[in-house]
Amino acid sequence: MSDTQIKFELVSPEEKLVSDSYRMVVVPGDEGIIGVLPGHSSLVTSLKAGVVKMYKTNDDKDPARVFIAGGFADITPELCTVLAEGAVNVNKLNKADLDKTLADLNEDLNLAKEEADKKRIEQKIAIVKAKIQAVSDA
Amino acid sequence: MPSLRDYRDRIKSVKSTRKITSAMKMVAASKLRRAQEQAEASQPYASSMAEMLARVSANVVVSAASPKLLAGTGSDKVNLIVVVTADRGLCGGFNAYTVKEARQKILALQSEGKDVKIICVGRKGYDGLRREFGPQIIKRFTDVLGKKRVDYAEADKIANFILSSFEAGEFDVCTIVYSEFQSVMVQKPLSPQLIPFKINEADRQKEAEEEKAADKILSPYSFEPDEEGILAKLLPRNLGVQIFRAMLDTSAGEHAARMTAMDNATRNAGEMINDLTLVYNRARQAYITKELIEIISGAEAI
Repeated sequence: MSDTQIKFELVSPEEKLVSDSYRMVVVPGDEGIIGVLPGHSSLVTSLKAGVVKMYKTNDDKDPARVFIAGGFADITPELCTVLAEGAVNVNKLNKADLDKTLADLNEDLNLAKEEADKKRIEQKIAIVKAKIQAVSDA
Repeated sequence: MPSLRDYRDRIKSVKSTRKITSAMKMVAASKLRRAQEQAEASQPYASSMAEMLARVSANVVVSAASPKLLAGTGSDKVNLIVVVTADRGLCGGFNAYTVKEARQKILALQSEGKDVKIICVGRKGYDGLRREFGPQIIKRFTDVLGKKRVDYAEADKIANFILSSFEAGEFDVCTIVYSEFQSVMVQKPLSPQLIPFKINEADRQKEAEEEKAADKILSPYSFEPDEEGILAKLLPRNLGVQIFRAMLDTSAGEHAARMTAMDNATRNAGEMINDLTLVYNRARQAYITKELIEIISGAEAI
């Protein structure tokens, strides 16, 4: 076990997206953002929509960023596994496109009649908003 | 007696059938490879999910207060069967076996006096069950496997439908019937129960023991939010993963079964061509001999 690096895996239902060692990984936990360093105490947590940041070194100015729509993290002192839903690389997100999607969804919401539809669209809106947030932070 | 031309036409038609079956075999082989790759790629998620479930459930005592997906509704009157098959035929007995398994399951449940509802994923399952259990089929999803790859979003859609009807109290127990992809030659119909979720006892024991051993050196696992909260989120997600896996297995199994079936068909066509050619040649020789005899006897008569 290396003292300075933690193994990190990011998997989606369809494929394994990231599998590498990092100095620190930041995950958007349901009850607050968690920075995971090597030797972190064992923890299982659910995740909310947000950005996973992966820092290679202590002063990494440009961490790799992946947006996730939610999921779970399984953290042990040596390994951090994130089971992600709807994972996208933040670089691939585009603010203009997202704004358009948001506008479309809002329109859909106004048109939706059934309660279940509304709920579903609201969920989608929340995710798109989180994505916009992620892009403007970057 | 068929004329020579009849034989020739027959041989020609078998030859073109052989061309089709061998082309289908090639296509199935390449699709199978893709499906297998996809199944492999999805493996890490499924196994991490199973591990996490075992870990969390090792710390949870199942009680009436547990999430319904785990504890059940307290009844097993209404059963929901999800049948996952391919959308297309011409793949040997693949779909038939799955349908047969589903049928037996349904009949067994009915003979116990339980109500059965059916969801069909894939067109062939619907075709196979429609006549006998038509009114019980509450929903069908077709064209979910026919595309280039199996989309997780489709599995998610199905899972959401099942979850919302479970929450509406429309059924108590949910079982999924699909064919597990064991190898290219073997696909085995399975029917694991999805709801209420059954924790694999062996996994759970192992996890509990490991944790005990780990407790001595490391801090115990903590959960955020609490175990119940995580479980409540993990279980619906797990349902999607299970369905996705069933779909991937079905997709790989379908192509494997089609490949085998088409390989057999190609070989049979080859044999048939050989036999027909033999008969054709024999008939041709007999015809020539007959003509010669006619000429010779004609000449002798003069």
